[in-house]
Amino acid sequence: MNNPLTVDSARTAVLEKQTTATALVDAFYQKIAAEDEAIGAYLTLSQERAYLQAAYVDALADKGDALPPLAGVPIAIKDVFATTRVRTTAGSKILANFIAPYDATAVQRLEAAGAIILGKTNCDEFAMGSSNENSGFHPVRNPHDHSRVPGGSSGGSAAVVAAGTAVASIGSDTGGSIRQPAAFCGVVGMKPTYGRVSRYGLIAFASSLDHVGPFGKTVKDVALMLQCMAGRDPLDSTSADVPVLNYLEHVGQPVTGMKIGVPKEYFGEGLDAEVRAAVEAGIQELAKAGCEIVPISLPHTEHAIPTYYVVATAEASSNLARYDGVRYGVRASDGKTLAEMYRRTRDAGLGTEVKRRIMLGTYVLSAGYYDAYYLKAQRVRSLLSKDFDNAFAAVDAIVTPTTPTAAFKLGEKTDDPLAMYLADIYTVTANLAGVPGISVPCGKNKAGLPIGIQILGKSFDEPTVLRVAHVVEHAMAAAANPLSDSPEAGTQR
Amino acid sequence: MVTEKDVSYVADLAHLELTEAERARMLKDLNSILSYIDRLNELDTSAVEPMAQVASRYGARQDAGGAMRPDEPRPSLPHDEAMRNAPATDGVFFKVPKVIDR
Repeated sequence: MNNPLTVDSARTAVLEKQTTATALVDAFYQKIAAEDEAIGAYLTLSQERAYLQAAYVDALADKGDALPPLAGVPIAIKDVFATTRVRTTAGSKILANFIAPYDATAVQRLEAAGAIILGKTNCDEFAMGSSNENSGFHPVRNPHDHSRVPGGSSGGSAAVVAAGTAVASIGSDTGGSIRQPAAFCGVVGMKPTYGRVSRYGLIAFASSLDHVGPFGKTVKDVALMLQCMAGRDPLDSTSADVPVLNYLEHVGQPVTGMKIGVPKEYFGEGLDAEVRAAVEAGIQELAKAGCEIVPISLPHTEHAIPTYYVVATAEASSNLARYDGVRYGVRASDGKTLAEMYRRTRDAGLGTEVKRRIMLGTYVLSAGYYDAYYLKAQRVRSLLSKDFDNAFAAVDAIVTPTTPTAAFKLGEKTDDPLAMYLADIYTVTANLAGVPGISVPCGKNKAGLPIGIQILGKSFDEPTVLRVAHVVEHAMAAAANPLSDSPEAGTQR
Repeated sequence: MVTEKDVSYVADLAHLELTEAERARMLKDLNSILSYIDRLNELDTSAVEPMAQVASRYGARQDAGGAMRPDEPRPSLPHDEAMRNAPATDGVFFKVPKVIDR
């Protein structure tokens, strides 16, 4: 947690010849070698790919060519994105040996922008989990307290940014898997609007809920990363044909006169007192910056988790049918018939939580239960989505806690799947409605654990989300260190 | 209420075998999670349309016309690359155990 490099400063250092991309990569691999074993955030390092890309960036810098926006920036990729030449496991033993034949679009675009991929980060198996304890390999530890979880499922991608073993990273967010670990690890994590970033090459968990998004130390870094990934991709028919705005120019713009909704349902029972106090302090800072704070209601919130666990598991049971030991992955060798081979392969290769969700999803889709569970959940999803439509008719953004508590201990919730699912209670709604959301650090509790504040916006209004996030980020940094910044800094560039 | 028979039936549908211990745990967990999911019945949704995905609301081209591309030949994954990750092949096809018996 002592690496001051940001996306911006890393690129500038290479541009101004203070260092080379190759030297940066050396330094990061040294840091990873020294520090990552205690955290377990990386599953696979991609040295060959990283040094090739570094050499390319250094050649550009030597020629004095204009450098692309992420030139020389060392980043990490959650291991659910397909990468050529580097294995892609999705945190599962069933894919322990899988080498994808193509790059995910997000990966391809980041590399095209000059970013250097250091490696693939640990995650809950097939992105199913809220603590990273469901990794088929080993758990990830929170860099702020090694006895605690980093959150999940993109726990490795959050941890590398917090630990300074990557400058930025990307993850996937199906029910909070970017925002929740960002909150637990004290970094910025953003889930953009559904369809904003292509999912081509993202290993599917629940296709109507899966999103791709960035982690960074700052809101500006996250905006830079998003800028490079966003946009229509002909290889993903769900990617939106909506113009990509200039996100960076909104970071640092004033928020005066903006209406900020505060939904009472996100401040009820189950919210930790210290988290509440920190988020309320963040909301006060927005008021000081000139926002109008508007109490609102998202009345169906309490039904979001049950809706999510029907929709997500139903889609997962279908998406994960492909892991059958035929075309890729690890096959159990003792199956005498095809069906037996399927069963033994899946039994040996998939972990407990993944099997639980496949079972639940298969059950809710099975004859006799489809209407009662799956269709019912889809109807409630409509109501949850309309809650946001109604709210955004009156406000520009919504501010909530990202999580009900700060990071919990390893093992604390592993025996109670329902308790674990409730860790996502404030984040799943944005996936069901498809609206963009970000988690920004908002102080620490008395134990020194980071707390996250979540800002949600209208579909494709990432600029407002980033703008509000930047004001909170600056205000909280100034509050933590009153000599370092003026209170007005958040509203001016 | 999910029964042991349901667990066996669903495991079969999902191509999972599950150990005795896993089945017992699954029975307990599915019942606990489904009883929580039953809260959805507190809401009257008789006049609400089901929502399968958000893309169509937000301009992603999911309509039949928009999602279609011209039907023109394009390069696809070369055969050897497609086979490279397979646990067993004969060089042309994926190899699997006997398909007749279950």
